[in-house]
Amino acid sequence: MASHESTFRPATHAGKWLDERLPLPRLMHGQFVDFPTPRNINYLWTTGGLLTFFLGVQIATGIVLAMHYIPSAGEAFSSVEAIRRDVNYGWLLRNIHMVGASFFFLAAYIHIARGLYYGSYKAPREVLWIIGVVIFLLMMATAFMGYSLPWGQMSFWAVTVITNLFSSIDAVIPGLGTRIVQWLWGGFSVSGTTLTRFYALHYLLPFVIAGVVGLHIWALHQVGQNNPTGIDIKQPSDSVPMAPYAVLKDIFALSVFVLLFAWFVFYLPDYLGHSDNYIEANPLSTPPHIVPEWYFLPYYAILRAIPDKLLGVIAMFSSILLLIFVPWLDTSRVRSAKYRPVYKWFFWMFVISVIALGYLGSKPPEPPYVGWARFFTAYYFLHLLVILPIVGVIENPRALPRSITEAVLGKEPATQGARAGGGK
Amino acid sequence: MASHTAEEPNRRDFIVIAAQAFAAVGAAAALWPFIDQMNPDASTQALASTEVDLSPVKPGQAITIVWRGKPVFIRNRMPEEVSTAKAVKIADLKDPSARNDALPESAKATDENRTKAGKENWLVLVGICTHLGCIPKGQSMGDAKGDYGGWFCPCHGSHYDTAGRIRQGPAPRNLEVPPYEFLSATQIKIG
Repeated sequence: MASHESTFRPATHAGKWLDERLPLPRLMHGQFVDFPTPRNINYLWTTGGLLTFFLGVQIATGIVLAMHYIPSAGEAFSSVEAIRRDVNYGWLLRNIHMVGASFFFLAAYIHIARGLYYGSYKAPREVLWIIGVVIFLLMMATAFMGYSLPWGQMSFWAVTVITNLFSSIDAVIPGLGTRIVQWLWGGFSVSGTTLTRFYALHYLLPFVIAGVVGLHIWALHQVGQNNPTGIDIKQPSDSVPMAPYAVLKDIFALSVFVLLFAWFVFYLPDYLGHSDNYIEANPLSTPPHIVPEWYFLPYYAILRAIPDKLLGVIAMFSSILLLIFVPWLDTSRVRSAKYRPVYKWFFWMFVISVIALGYLGSKPPEPPYVGWARFFTAYYFLHLLVILPIVGVIENPRALPRSITEAVLGKEPATQGARAGGGK
Repeated sequence: MASHTAEEPNRRDFIVIAAQAFAAVGAAAALWPFIDQMNPDASTQALASTEVDLSPVKPGQAITIVWRGKPVFIRNRMPEEVSTAKAVKIADLKDPSARNDALPESAKATDENRTKAGKENWLVLVGICTHLGCIPKGQSMGDAKGDYGGWFCPCHGSHYDTAGRIRQGPAPRNLEVPPYEFLSATQIKIG
């Protein structure tokens, strides 16, 4: 943990007694009360708190929904309808859980984009970043299995398409892909057997995520938070205690975000979903236009952009797995894009290409959409594999401020460095 | 003991390695039931074959039946659909293999190899797109049948011809021909 003098003083006799035996309050105080936080972090640094909040919301609503949901092919669809119509406050709990998944991903995408913009993956935060990618993958698996549970047409065909991705292994080792797919299904097609196991895993994975989030926070507090300048905390005036400064900022941002969330929960619960999912699953009829939930659309566009099955699947998975290598693909010595005039432009082009892929993923697989999907898929990989390493070498970064304090307050007359090095 | 730098393996080393190997094999054996329980169970494996009466299916019509939980397409092809399928050169096909469960893997994807001799008008296929498992369109009269007059998968845009062979799009293989036999002139048994 980032070392700082503990200000924890147990006030009561019982507190002192516990502190000598299990210093848990001391640990929490050190990590979440007087933990040094860069004084210049902006509102993008509240997304971590948002994500923790939404993980809690999903687990809390999920546990109570599980008390009413029936994971069988015959009853799943009607049990979800019963939750919405009959169960006391079932409509509210289900809407929170369903819209909560979308807002969880929205916060995660902002969180990831912030990391990419401010170079939060650079040394010494590589492990922190990789754990984040692992959490993202676990979130995707959890969301995918959760989406199967209402057992509507979109649920059923999403499960069919995504599990069939593994059959592409048949192109490498004939028969193995089919074996894996049948193992996942527990049969020769997607059935109630598949639904039951997805339900079991959907209940398990959020707790795995919670554990990995613990590692993420541990790694974060070991190296300390990044900040918009990308410079480390060097002196006491560069930081403020987490409570009340960062905590209140988190609470304010959370309140605003939850207002938007509540608007969707109460007024637009199905806006982010697909109406076909209110038709019960029919294994003999594929809806004419199947699309995943919005947060998977960019990857779906990449999958469809490539005309070869195996290569399409490889491209889709590597579009996420490549993120693991970003700390080493980015060769720049400067963390924050604020001081990287060239990279800054490429960052926004990358964001635009991901949004464009999301739009194209929602469109049918025909011209002109397929052509554009190929263009933006190419750009996505070009950014990560070519632009990121080259820009880091050829770019001439702007001069960094001497410290976080200087970035906030301008030149400090009190410090030796600013006086002596004024001409630099 | 500690003063010896390069020591011959002794009985203690052997016991440690043997115990570790034993534990590893035991762990793998204990893990297997947890993995294998997810494979298709006995009731799924035991699903019998399906018999279908073809007499109500007029030329140009198609029916879909369920076999092993999977849709099977049966199309009574028009003579021109058969002749179109026969005229295609193997070199023009994306997947040159017949994909007929009754024939070896090396069999060529000719129309003859995907139907039964003398019953060329009947085409029997597993109706699952070989890309990612959607059900292609083309069974109903009003369906889009794709650029090659057979089936069109709406999910990712694969086009199949009148012999169920992949011609365009991301699907890697021709639609599978399941094992089936004619019990009489108008009756088949699949499986």
